[in-house]
Amino acid sequence: MATHFTIEGLKAEIEGKEILKGINLEMKGGEIHAIMGPNGTGKSTLASALMGHPKYEVTDGSVTLNGEDVLDMAVDERARAGLFLAMQYPSEITGVTNSDFLRSAINARREEGQEISLIRFIRQLEAKMKELDMNPEFAHRYLNEGFSGGEKKRNEILQMMMIEPSIVVLDEIDSGLDIDALKIVASGVNAMRSEDRGFLIITHYQRLLNYVKPDFVHVMMQGRIVKSGGPELAERLEAEGYDWVKEELGIEDETVGQEA
Amino acid sequence: MTTQTILPVNAEGLRQLSEQRQEPTWLTENRLKALELAASLELPKLEKMRIERWDIQNYGSSKESAQLASLAEVPASIQELVKDQESGSLMIQRNSGVVYTKLAPELAEKGVIFTDLQTAVKEHEELVKAHLHTAVQADEHSVSALHAALWNGGIFLYVPKNVEVSVPLQAVFLTDDEEATFAPHILIIADTNSSVTYVDNYVSGDSTKAVTHNGAVEIFAKSGAKVRYATIHQMGTNVTDLSYRRAIIDNDASMEWIVGEMNSGDTMSDTYSILKGNGSTSDSKIIAVGSGSQKLNYTTRANHFGKSSESQMITRAVMREEATAIINGITKIEKGATKSDGQQTEKVLMLSPKARGDANPILLIDEDDVKAGHAASVGQVNQEQIYYLMSRGISREVAESLIIYGFLAPVVSQIPLESLQKQLQAVIEGKLGQ
Repeated sequence: MATHFTIEGLKAEIEGKEILKGINLEMKGGEIHAIMGPNGTGKSTLASALMGHPKYEVTDGSVTLNGEDVLDMAVDERARAGLFLAMQYPSEITGVTNSDFLRSAINARREEGQEISLIRFIRQLEAKMKELDMNPEFAHRYLNEGFSGGEKKRNEILQMMMIEPSIVVLDEIDSGLDIDALKIVASGVNAMRSEDRGFLIITHYQRLLNYVKPDFVHVMMQGRIVKSGGPELAERLEAEGYDWVKEELGIEDETVGQEA
Repeated sequence: MTTQTILPVNAEGLRQLSEQRQEPTWLTENRLKALELAASLELPKLEKMRIERWDIQNYGSSKESAQLASLAEVPASIQELVKDQESGSLMIQRNSGVVYTKLAPELAEKGVIFTDLQTAVKEHEELVKAHLHTAVQADEHSVSALHAALWNGGIFLYVPKNVEVSVPLQAVFLTDDEEATFAPHILIIADTNSSVTYVDNYVSGDSTKAVTHNGAVEIFAKSGAKVRYATIHQMGTNVTDLSYRRAIIDNDASMEWIVGEMNSGDTMSDTYSILKGNGSTSDSKIIAVGSGSQKLNYTTRANHFGKSSESQMITRAVMREEATAIINGITKIEKGATKSDGQQTEKVLMLSPKARGDANPILLIDEDDVKAGHAASVGQVNQEQIYYLMSRGISREVAESLIIYGFLAPVVSQIPLESLQKQLQAVIEGKLGQ
């Protein structure tokens, strides 16, 4: 079945403060969407609300994946339904090795008795780590513990590659990456492009989009998508910044909490 | 408040018992003296807990246990623990007495002694007499006094000079008769430059009637000796466990404690290294899981007398349901113990709002030229971590157990015996109800 992901009128708040004020977005398998915007406009909140972070409360709207109600699912159910969020600040978990964690994640998608064999898992893991130019030793390190910023990001991409989700949300995956790491991460994403997989790339900067070409670009301000376009929109934002968008829409302060 | 200790046996009864066992006169006298002490001494003082309120009077009386002709006859409750041990060195104590003893012939040839302590007091009288109750002493409090009066069965392990034993010796202590006194005493002497690993398990049967385990472990690591002592206590809710473990460590000797506190009943344990010799070292790893309404009081101690002595103490405890744990670490460095280094860490992870944990790191330093450090933390499962794991499709239950095992793993993974690691892992799983 072709992947179809729909966000309609999504509103969410944290500690009583509304951050998302009605997000509408439609994505199909094979498409890459980029959400751009300055800091404080609600981009990461969107990512967290989609995944179901307990601190964010969705107050209105709907999210469906292939017709299924995502908002009705617990975090782990959303993941098993095909949603994946590469986080901006992944947790560090002492005592849980990267490989044990990944194997648990893969087996969570399989029936009891159908668990992935250790050999097959290790082969896959080693191959993907090689693609991402990761030191094989990272498989046996505790999850994200003592990883540098760039290593954590690569580890997020590694998880995506192992889990093979149908909707991938990348939350500022490019922040803190040097150009070489950025290229590796981008090639990891490109390797995963497929007709039945959609990507939602959240970023401030155009630079990742030089390596991963988006089909659609959306600008977020004040908790809404205020402008959408093709890849040329990202290029213009990179060249001219966000001021022209604000001017065009009559926005003084683009951060959440300010009204146009 | 003075609490009168109710003696489970009178002097005449104790004398008769000792004579029946044909114990040497000095031992009979020791027992009687200890019984007198038990009547006059106070209970031990536990940090932030009142042992007076515990159910610790259930000593029963000494009963004969039938010998096991072979491992095929062991009770079901311990079958798993002793399987594949036909050829290894193994001792089993059931209630008041040792019922199975086997020492691997190659160790016997090297002069290793591995026998029940009641036999050892007769066959190796001088060795036993010179060490028994010199580490854990009868006059410390009423619990140690009662132990010295009542101890039964027990283990005596002696490793001669320069003998290195590579395969662990094993013992199992089973209480499955609540009317029988259960007070094993473990005495280990590792002579100069020897090395040995000893592993034991404390298990209870199906009985639900209250039993008090009053046990003591005394270890003597002579110069240059290496002793590794691993113990897993997994007794049921009906057993109150009082365990004193102590090692006296001579010059350049090393002691390693690995303790799995997996009981389901109230437990007081005190694991104590006395670093007497210069260059002596001690390493303690305590893993604990508490559940139900258990009251738990775990203390690890290191007392440095020798110069350049080093101690490391780590306790990790997971408390679920309504369990309460007080975890004490006491590092004491005496004047003159220059260049010593004492480090300790206590961490408690609480899984429910009603669980309680308290970590008390204490450093007592009487010498300037030393290093010492401590770290302690008490906390709940981190919800961000749960979210992160769940965001990869892992259920909340599995996520929690990954985090709990992760919390214990840095210590469990350091346990040098793979079989023990696995065993401990299985007991932890059982205790966590998975």
